[in-house]
Amino acid sequence: MSTRAAPLLEASDSSYKLRKAKDRLIRGLCVAFTLLALVPLFSVLYYLTARGIGGVNLAFFTELPRPVGETGGGMANSIVGSAQLVGLACLFGIPPGLLAGIYLAESGKGGLAKVIRFTADVLAGVPSITVGVFVYSLLVLTLGRFSMLAGAVALAVLMVPTVTRTTEELMRLVPEQLREAGLGLGLPRWRVTLKITLRTALPGIATGIMLAVARVAGETAPLLFTAFSNRFWNDGIDQPVSSLPVQIYTYAVSPFEDWHQQAWAAAFVLVVFILILNITARLLVRHRVKGR
Amino acid sequence: MSSVSNPPSIVRRTPRWLPLLGRSANPGDAVFRSVSRLFALLILVLVLAMAAQMAFAAEESFKEFGWGFITSQKWDPVGQRYGALPFIFGTVVSSLLALLLAVPVALGIAIYLSELAPLWLRKPIGFLVELLAAVPSVVYGLWGVFVLAPLMATTVEPALRSTLGFLPLFSGPNQGFGMLSGGVILAIMILPTISSVSREVLQAVPANLREGAIALGATRWEVVRVGVLPYARPGLVGAVILGLGRALGETMAITMLIGNRPEISASLFAPSYTMASVLANEFAEASQDLHLAALAEISLLLFAVTLLLNIVARLLVWQVSRGEAKGAR
Repeated sequence: MSTRAAPLLEASDSSYKLRKAKDRLIRGLCVAFTLLALVPLFSVLYYLTARGIGGVNLAFFTELPRPVGETGGGMANSIVGSAQLVGLACLFGIPPGLLAGIYLAESGKGGLAKVIRFTADVLAGVPSITVGVFVYSLLVLTLGRFSMLAGAVALAVLMVPTVTRTTEELMRLVPEQLREAGLGLGLPRWRVTLKITLRTALPGIATGIMLAVARVAGETAPLLFTAFSNRFWNDGIDQPVSSLPVQIYTYAVSPFEDWHQQAWAAAFVLVVFILILNITARLLVRHRVKGR
Repeated sequence: MSSVSNPPSIVRRTPRWLPLLGRSANPGDAVFRSVSRLFALLILVLVLAMAAQMAFAAEESFKEFGWGFITSQKWDPVGQRYGALPFIFGTVVSSLLALLLAVPVALGIAIYLSELAPLWLRKPIGFLVELLAAVPSVVYGLWGVFVLAPLMATTVEPALRSTLGFLPLFSGPNQGFGMLSGGVILAIMILPTISSVSREVLQAVPANLREGAIALGATRWEVVRVGVLPYARPGLVGAVILGLGRALGETMAITMLIGNRPEISASLFAPSYTMASVLANEFAEASQDLHLAALAEISLLLFAVTLLLNIVARLLVWQVSRGEAKGAR
């Protein structure tokens, strides 16, 4: 549109060329910045693949870590530990998040709802390490030891605000007519909410949950002093457990070459898992948008 | 839809105590509403409990050191003397450095993606930028230790010294692990936060502002500068503050790169220490009560500051996006 207006101006505005040049300069700068931002992304992905993929073999997925000095071994306990932590975190974090989101979407017009919505947003920005400190004094001090339970609770606290806000936003997108139709059939409001509104919004909410899972799967800081780590298999929910992110940290800052190799391999596996979750979530969204 | 129930049968079974739960035609509604409200309240309780718990844990340190805690430079777990100033300094400086590096780039991306880029390019590039946020902090740390730090030590820091070495900022030995590397890794990590929130803010700017500028013969950039940016400014400031909050609380990557030495140095090449890093390094091993209390106080400080920043930032972002809801101006 601007190009159509331009010729008219060219005659009257002597600085037109200058303005056009400035426009081009800033556009170029924006493109350059965008490309610049992608450099670290591709660098990270390149090094993960180049250094990590060599360490990914059957032993990596099936064996326990070996002591320093012995080559080989795997990170099976950390992989299982991460899965257990994330699974438990979902169990603790998703139902409250869903219900809170439902409340905000369906009956959240008053002042209380506003405060809660705001708090959820703010909670999402709280540093994850302080969540670790909180859960440490809440569960580790009272139970007397680091435990899988504490780690999972810390991750759940990080999930709740995301799940809440996603649920709320997606349920608000459900057309009012659907609710009215349900109510018109004589359904009580809570059944309309669960069977119609929630069900309609569910695919989108599932996508949001996938993104939340992808995020907490890579969280390290809150696990350092809640789930701690464990060189062996975890013995129960009240025992410390090893996880991939914490193990990557331990190996990366160690002085041993073998451990560095393991850290790269573990990071490669973790990032591949997270990227798959992210990309699947995006594809699901796009698929649905196209379907409509 | 075969499950459409017959409400009267439910209504008949209404127990007497149910009206206590609220005015509702259907008892199921009252129960459901109360339960969901309970979980919504849980979020509020969680934040308050976090603040209370940390304040309680930090009490001993606060009694022992008072306000001197934040002005003292001495952090000595053996001698039981705790002062948080080096950590506060490291946190603030590394975060500001990160903002300095990330804000122009992030705003450039946001403007490009919401105003200038061809439509078909916006989604894929936006996705790639958001992938930057998906990479876990510890993986950035790993990459930082083995790729960024050597690069800083062998290339970037010598280059800075030879050109700007007369400034105390760029003096001293180059080690790769220090404030500058920490700031760079933080910048990479907050970039997607700032750019995606800014992009949302820019997209919330009413189209008629753009159309008006275009009708006056403005170039693409002039449309942005005259029509879009003034309207979006509070939201953009909010986005930057959100990025700052993220930078202050970021833990793993910076712990692996900043060098972890509680010293205040004028040089950006020198190692430093942040509040989050000292928590990550010492919390699990702290055995003395006073040590734990001092760490809890640092955690409380960090929590309070990021909470405050987030509140301000959200209010600013809301200000812009709510204007859109009203179709304002």
